[in-house]
Amino acid sequence: MTQAALPQSTVRKSWWRRNQIAITPYLFLAPGVLFFAVYVIIPIFQSFGISLQDWDGLGQPTYVGFENYRELGNDPAFYTSLKNNVWWLLLYLLAIPAGLGIALFLNQTVTGIRIYKSLFFFPFVISQVVVGLVFTWFYDPAFGLLNVMLGWFGAGPINVLGDPRYVTFGIILAGLWPQTAYCMILYLTGLNAVNPEQIEAGRLDNAKGWRMLWHIVLPQLKPATFIAFVVTIIGALRSFDLISIMTQGGPFGSSRVLSFYMFEVALSEYGFRMGYGAAIAVVLFLIMLCFIAYFLFSMYREERR
Amino acid sequence: MLKTLKASVAVAGLVAGGHAFAAEHESLSGDLVIFSDMSNPAPRAVMEGLVAEFGEMHPDLNIELTVIDREAYKTQIRNFLTANAPDVANWYAGNRMAPYVDAGLFMDVSDIWEGEMSENLASTKSAMTMDDKQWGVPYTYYQWGVYYRADLYDEYGLEEPQDWETLKSNCQTLLDNGIKCFTIGTKFLWTAGGWFDYLNMRTNGYDYHMQLTAGEIPWTDDGVRQTFANWRELIDMGAFVDNHTAYSWQEALPFMVNGEAAAYLMGNFAVAPLREAGLSDDQLDYYQFPAINPDVELAEDAPTDTFHVPAQASNPEAGKAFLKYVTSPEVQTRINASDALGQLPINSQASVGDDKFLQQGFEVLSSNAPGGVAQFFDRDAPAEMAKVAMEGFQQFMVQPDQLDNILQRLEQATGRIYDK
Repeated sequence: MTQAALPQSTVRKSWWRRNQIAITPYLFLAPGVLFFAVYVIIPIFQSFGISLQDWDGLGQPTYVGFENYRELGNDPAFYTSLKNNVWWLLLYLLAIPAGLGIALFLNQTVTGIRIYKSLFFFPFVISQVVVGLVFTWFYDPAFGLLNVMLGWFGAGPINVLGDPRYVTFGIILAGLWPQTAYCMILYLTGLNAVNPEQIEAGRLDNAKGWRMLWHIVLPQLKPATFIAFVVTIIGALRSFDLISIMTQGGPFGSSRVLSFYMFEVALSEYGFRMGYGAAIAVVLFLIMLCFIAYFLFSMYREERR
Repeated sequence: MLKTLKASVAVAGLVAGGHAFAAEHESLSGDLVIFSDMSNPAPRAVMEGLVAEFGEMHPDLNIELTVIDREAYKTQIRNFLTANAPDVANWYAGNRMAPYVDAGLFMDVSDIWEGEMSENLASTKSAMTMDDKQWGVPYTYYQWGVYYRADLYDEYGLEEPQDWETLKSNCQTLLDNGIKCFTIGTKFLWTAGGWFDYLNMRTNGYDYHMQLTAGEIPWTDDGVRQTFANWRELIDMGAFVDNHTAYSWQEALPFMVNGEAAAYLMGNFAVAPLREAGLSDDQLDYYQFPAINPDVELAEDAPTDTFHVPAQASNPEAGKAFLKYVTSPEVQTRINASDALGQLPINSQASVGDDKFLQQGFEVLSSNAPGGVAQFFDRDAPAEMAKVAMEGFQQFMVQPDQLDNILQRLEQATGRIYDK
């Protein structure tokens, strides 16, 4: 028996020996891939499955085909959310030029510049919930600083968070505050890596101001710009917490975005329509997929170079 | 925000009265797991006192109390009823319990209601009944009504209104003196639901209101339009504080405390913060929402909080015993006293706390609400409908011209929600 077992174990051992190097990376990858599959990939398909059902999360789900999507098409609240999502994506990008501007401004050697840099970076360090609360008070129509300041010029109080016309822009502005700081820090590190010899060469060729920025500094900041773009898009799509803190999607639903609407429909106090919520999630996923595809494509191109 | 309390360790002051009727109960043993949403300081003390006393009565019973934050509870209940059911759980009466009754997650406790109990708890029996069975027991409720600044009313020679015309003429006098008639904060929507409840019950009556929230009357009905027309009279006068969409109900309180607004249509829980803010009982008073249509009987909102035994409870006997215990007149008197919950007991044999608002509220609910007692808009209507409708109410208060669109939208939603 021992004789029968021996050759087998030597075979296995030698197979392991032979393939050790090849297998190791996969072994190291395995836990990550496993968790990514369980918590990200599989739920994507599950969401799609649930979106084809009518389910309150308690009883038996019933298959309804594309009924949820058809209803989405006739749902004015869905279009409001979608429109707000587009506003978020567009206006949030302002954080990139604003961050670049502040970074250029702070990129100098003055006494105490580190303190100024930290102060500018401060809003990114505090929690989004705090940012939301601070801006809620800032906008408050009764005692908010904004309306006190408007009062100095004789302008009437503006109910930013209670008026369907201004509310989304009010929240986006609140979100831009920390996001600008984030982009700023990305550009500050980027500026450290700008090659002084190229600047020198540009000087000799008489480049100044905008031309210097556009043709010599910005191209070297391209990696920073790319990362700033990625984090800003992600930030815009993750706008949930600010909306939840500042308005709860109100007044009468005019500041919802897709992620908040999904939460309201599927998981909040007043509704447990898992199927409908999942349908919104799928739409949101498709929007994100466009960006994800673009990011992956850019990175792939970058690596091939 | 979870806290577990072993009853055997903590024995609070409420214990004293418990011994008298301990002997009536059969001995219980095993574990009794209670999940409660009574997370605010006063309710929490009450709940802990109840557990301690019940534990004294049943020394062999090991009681575990878990208090969950009131808001978080509303979503967590779905999970723990299906996955990890306690033996007793807090919830609400009316349509709010319908999803769990329909899904078979609450236990039928009709046997507790047999005999005398049904008479004593008659005021809320209909709100606890579905399919001719009772699914839990109530332990407290509170009145809604108009809380107003009596000193401001005196200053301008105003009386508590008994009819709609007086309410409006009072309001006009206040407005002429630069004071808003009503404060309100509609950020979280439900405050507008309270206004709709009262206006609709006063315009069309309790039965109509119940049929509307049950989806039997279309939102585009002329009766509903009349309700909104009445509401619009106040809105067009400028009766409500400006920018109410930006405030929660608490944030709307300072307008009344500062005398910028004279009254607040609210539940009795508004009294405590108003007193804390410095209003004395001479300055603060209460009146029942006046009649609008003299042909309909007065009906009131009185949201009821309840205890249930989940269907998957592992010790349902102990759970039911606890339900029986909290409905007894002695316990209801004590837990609703003004130094405890400060609300109204349901059991008609219980006595009401010594507080002018509790006394008035009790008076209104027991003898001046012949039309009926409603739970509240978001408990009478299905949750989804409540959300859509209250959003519509908020929009109406800001953009009254959009009424047709709003009603159209609500009607569209009913088609989907009540169809199931």
